[in-house]
Amino acid sequence: MSPLLFLLLAALTVASALTVVVHTNPVHSACALVLTLCLLAVFFLGLDAQLVALLQVIVYAGAIVVLFLFVIMLLNLRVEARAMAGTLLVGTAAAGGVALAVLIVTALRRAAPPATANLPAGFGETAALGRQLFTVYLLPFELTSLLLLVAIVGAVALAKKPT
Amino acid sequence: MADVAITAAKSLFIVLLVVQVMGLGVFFERKVSALIQDRIGANRAAILGFAGLGLVNTLVADPIKFLLKEDVVLAGTDHVLHFLAPVLSLVPVLVTFAVVPFGDVLQVGGRTINLQAAELNVGILYVLAMVSLGVYGVVLGGWASNNRWSLLGGIRGSAQMISYEIAMGLAVVSVVLTYNTLDLQVMARAQGHLIGGWLPGWGILYQPVAFLVFMTAGVAESKRIPFDLPEGESELVSGYFTEYSGAKHLMFMMSDFVEVVLVAALVTTLFFGGWQVPYLLRDGFHLPWGAALALPSWAVALLQVTSFALKLVFFTWLQIVVRWTLPRFRYDQLMRLGWQGLLPVALANVVVSALVIVLAAGPAA
Amino acid sequence: MTPPLAWYLGLSAVLFAIGVLGVLIRRNVIVIFMAIELMLNAVNLSFVALARSTGSMDGQVIVFFVMTVAAAEAAVGLAIILSMFRNRETTNVDELATLRW
Repeated sequence: MSPLLFLLLAALTVASALTVVVHTNPVHSACALVLTLCLLAVFFLGLDAQLVALLQVIVYAGAIVVLFLFVIMLLNLRVEARAMAGTLLVGTAAAGGVALAVLIVTALRRAAPPATANLPAGFGETAALGRQLFTVYLLPFELTSLLLLVAIVGAVALAKKPT
Repeated sequence: MADVAITAAKSLFIVLLVVQVMGLGVFFERKVSALIQDRIGANRAAILGFAGLGLVNTLVADPIKFLLKEDVVLAGTDHVLHFLAPVLSLVPVLVTFAVVPFGDVLQVGGRTINLQAAELNVGILYVLAMVSLGVYGVVLGGWASNNRWSLLGGIRGSAQMISYEIAMGLAVVSVVLTYNTLDLQVMARAQGHLIGGWLPGWGILYQPVAFLVFMTAGVAESKRIPFDLPEGESELVSGYFTEYSGAKHLMFMMSDFVEVVLVAALVTTLFFGGWQVPYLLRDGFHLPWGAALALPSWAVALLQVTSFALKLVFFTWLQIVVRWTLPRFRYDQLMRLGWQGLLPVALANVVVSALVIVLAAGPAA
Repeated sequence: MTPPLAWYLGLSAVLFAIGVLGVLIRRNVIVIFMAIELMLNAVNLSFVALARSTGSMDGQVIVFFVMTVAAAEAAVGLAIILSMFRNRETTNVDELATLRW
């Protein structure tokens, strides 16, 4: 991915992320979230993670945000009057956010493991991910399936109308 | 630079092919429905007395009418979302055709061109991703219209689409297990072998249950009858695209027909050999009784593209006949079929396919 | 030439900070949820960038798990919001504050 393309897409991603948290209409926030997720999928493609990029679109943009939209429409949420906290809190939070971003970048750069020059063959492809998933990470995989079952049962039980 | 030009040419070709088949689909919709219902169908619009069996009406008069109609935008609607919804409905379906292979290879000027617009090694997942994105057009179209029938149609439509996506995905999983790849071109090539020396080994012989599940889920995804309650004419006026007129309505209708062609293209590629012509290899025909007919590579490519186009037309016609034959499902029947019918069948199919593959591979696997 | 790792980490940090901002300043509980999803995605970007930098697939496997857990959490969280809305007819966190001091 060329640096110019990266900068353009990064600017767009930050702009849509800001729209998610700043816009007063929840449906517009959800649409901005979809845009952010699809742009992140493009970044994943540039980082040789093809399977993860498409999973991002299928799972996040295609299912989770649709669920958000359903709930927004069921609750018939409109633009609200008191959408955000007071100015003092917004200012403090913004300053804190900038400090947090700087802190994260510094910490990650210091702690990053050494980089390798060559990628192994088949990096980012389905076979490589599957090999890791079903050998090294088998226990978390099975536990995740259990977690999903619990989440389905819990969500249905919570969302049912009390009879 | 030549690579960019070649990819652009391939993309243009597949888009044009899709739009032609879609136009043919619209024509079939009016003429085949007329034949089924024992009437003549649209045949009045004519240019200089040439009515062409209704072709002029469907392919010339209708688009002009749609494009020239006034674009009514009501007060109280969300203008941005109202404008975006048809785009979000049409664009994901059109870009899915980038990974559909329409031929094997074309040898031209020393280059071997793979006849597939984008060679993704996760091709079938790209298709599922774009189908997932198509839900937004429906749900936002229903919401942005500020109309309770549109909202009902939009919610029903998106709930139906996400339910049947799961069955579609599971049917695809069993096909992926059979061919051991996610790339559509590799799957199409893998269906070129002969079983027992004479029967073309097309996907339907290996995965008949997956074909039925995929076809049903595909028809439900494109919200065609018998699954068209979100668009329920006579119940919801026009469902989620009630408040759209002119070009935006045309985009919604186009996305309906392009999805029909998409389901036809996927069924062809996954289960009916894609561009495969029986007994045709890269250098000519190799008939099972030993005779062979050598053909130049451009003739082979032409035959394969023609066979793909014919199969597309056939499956489009099949979906249109189904539309005009079956009555509509009630909404709870529809949801019950998706979750309690197709999903367990598709899951069982995956398990049985995996078992058969492991057992057939023998003790070495 | 691919962009250096630091750029990806910087973008991830900025997105994470925007998510934190969203959780702190918005009063609508669903938008707070969306900001949480934004934070999770920022972390995913970090993982994938580091996976490519070190050449190990572990980063992408962890992203797979993060996505699954985020899906489960979104489903259950939205169900909780639905039932709270049925009870109190509001999605403003200032009014859903029964457990506060």
